[in-house]
Amino acid sequence: MNRLAPSRLTRWIIGALVAAFFLIPLGSTLLYTFQMPDGSATLAHWTSLADPESAAKLRPVWTGLTNSFVLAVVTVTIVLFVLAPTMILVNLRFPRVKALFEFVALLPISIPAIVLVVGLAPIYLSIARSIGTGSWTLAFAYGITVLPFAYRSIQASIDAADLKTLSEAARSLGAGWPTVVLHVLAPNIRQGLLAGSLLSIAVVLGEFTIASLLNRDVFQTSMLVVSKQDPYLPAIFTLLALTLCFVLLLIIGRVGRGIRKAQP
Amino acid sequence: MTLHPLPPTADNSLLADAGEGTRVEFRGITKSYGSTRVLHGVDLDIAPGEFVSLLGPSGCGKTTALRVLAGLEANDGGAVMLGGRDVSRVPTNKRDIGMVFQSYSLFPHLSVVENTAFGLRRRGVRRTEAHKRAVDSLALVGLDHLADRFPHQLSGGQQQRVALARALVTEPRVLLLDEPLSALDAKVRVQLRDEIRRIQLRLGITTLFVTHDQEEALAVSDRIAVMNAGRIDQVDSPENLYLRPATAHVASFVGLSSLVRGVADGSFVSVWGTRIPLHSVAHGTVDVHLRPENLRLVDEGEGTMHALVEESTFLGSMRRTLVRTESGELVRVQHDARIRPAYGERVCLAIDPQPVAVREGA
Repeated sequence: MNRLAPSRLTRWIIGALVAAFFLIPLGSTLLYTFQMPDGSATLAHWTSLADPESAAKLRPVWTGLTNSFVLAVVTVTIVLFVLAPTMILVNLRFPRVKALFEFVALLPISIPAIVLVVGLAPIYLSIARSIGTGSWTLAFAYGITVLPFAYRSIQASIDAADLKTLSEAARSLGAGWPTVVLHVLAPNIRQGLLAGSLLSIAVVLGEFTIASLLNRDVFQTSMLVVSKQDPYLPAIFTLLALTLCFVLLLIIGRVGRGIRKAQP
Repeated sequence: MTLHPLPPTADNSLLADAGEGTRVEFRGITKSYGSTRVLHGVDLDIAPGEFVSLLGPSGCGKTTALRVLAGLEANDGGAVMLGGRDVSRVPTNKRDIGMVFQSYSLFPHLSVVENTAFGLRRRGVRRTEAHKRAVDSLALVGLDHLADRFPHQLSGGQQQRVALARALVTEPRVLLLDEPLSALDAKVRVQLRDEIRRIQLRLGITTLFVTHDQEEALAVSDRIAVMNAGRIDQVDSPENLYLRPATAHVASFVGLSSLVRGVADGSFVSVWGTRIPLHSVAHGTVDVHLRPENLRLVDEGEGTMHALVEESTFLGSMRRTLVRTESGELVRVQHDARIRPAYGERVCLAIDPQPVAVREGA
């Protein structure tokens, strides 16, 4: 046994503290959704989701949710078809610019969203004039905000796979570059692509500032709207969104384990 | 070169289709990385069906030369000819080559048979036909029973065998081997080395083998091109390289040799009172490359040199002993295994007057 490792008791205490840090607020929120203002227990807040009378109240949520899902799809498309091929290209053909590319990709994490909006506002004026003000156009901004998360996930997989040798082997066997990328490289960095995509979805579903300041209706802005009419609904939808993210993380882990079974 | 391919068998489509191989020519190939020139006008002709090794120390440009032939690096000058056609600007995937890499280059997400069929599928061969031919190719390397496994379920030697089967299944015009044995343990290295040669002879495929291991090159090659600092020093048969090295670098790199001081007078050099013929004319004080088998342990007499034993190594059928001469030179001598010199023992050496190579300006 490693003598420098903490004892089992210490590990349990640390684990319990971390779990409490996350679970107490979530548990409190969950309890809150089962309470009436007078403190009595009720399922009414949850059943109201299916109540036709609540339809008008919930409409902004469904609109925001739909917009967020469209944004998530477009953002993931940007990650998979713009970012990932660029990263493969940089790693295989232009390794000298890798450090610069990494710096640029990680930069958005250090820029507050409010500052980002100041720069994005005039750009979105031009976008609005050329292709309209559809909510999906927000994906261009989200493509930037998810860069650090998607980049790190994909780069970790790229570092683990010997892309150079794999691509050269495939080329020597007669494969053109599209085949190399789609049939050889992508399957071998699949875990990174999946993790990058799911983290991007999580970021898009949780983003508020940019959407609000650029006057777009997304899931998080709809929570603000609805909370003015019913304080319980945002709590319920927050729990559902967290559950969704948790399921997504489980999928990442499961797929990752599946890939590890087929790989050394 | 005379090849004696085995007769085709019905169960091996590869063998049945074995051709005569393709001529490969390097014509004045130059290549630089930035301001560093790594290939200085390399010229090399490889006959159809010939097995040629590029041998040299690390950084001499042998892998770069192979990669230029594969199209993985672009040559700055000169021409690469495949079957008489300049392919210098033809992309790798259109050159019709098979290549085995130093690192295990199997695709981890594909099974052994899928890996092997990859090149066939890229050439539009139907799935069932590609599968059948892939299994045939795996049979050639004795791994058809592992067709459904994944690369990580194979040993290093098995992975390189699959890589070889994958490279051969498309019946390429030339087979390129980029130090394919260097990651394997000693026993597997020898087995796979011999297997590569056996298969190459059966298929008659032109093969270029890059290695820094002289023993590997000497064992399997029809000819060896010894490279040094981006140039080819000598291209010759293994026997000639060993017995008649053209340069001091070849003499020192191919086989074991010891350097001793001598005085040359044209076609001969005098060492320890013995006149030895030279491969090339030299004058004055020179360093002479003596092979261990050119030296003998003898009784004291004329033309002998006294020496003290530094170490002695048993090599199975013989013994090799390192001695320090009275003039301070360290020399290896090969002799009967039954003679067991002890450390510090005083011995006498004599030189067999076989032709030797020298380094001038000593």
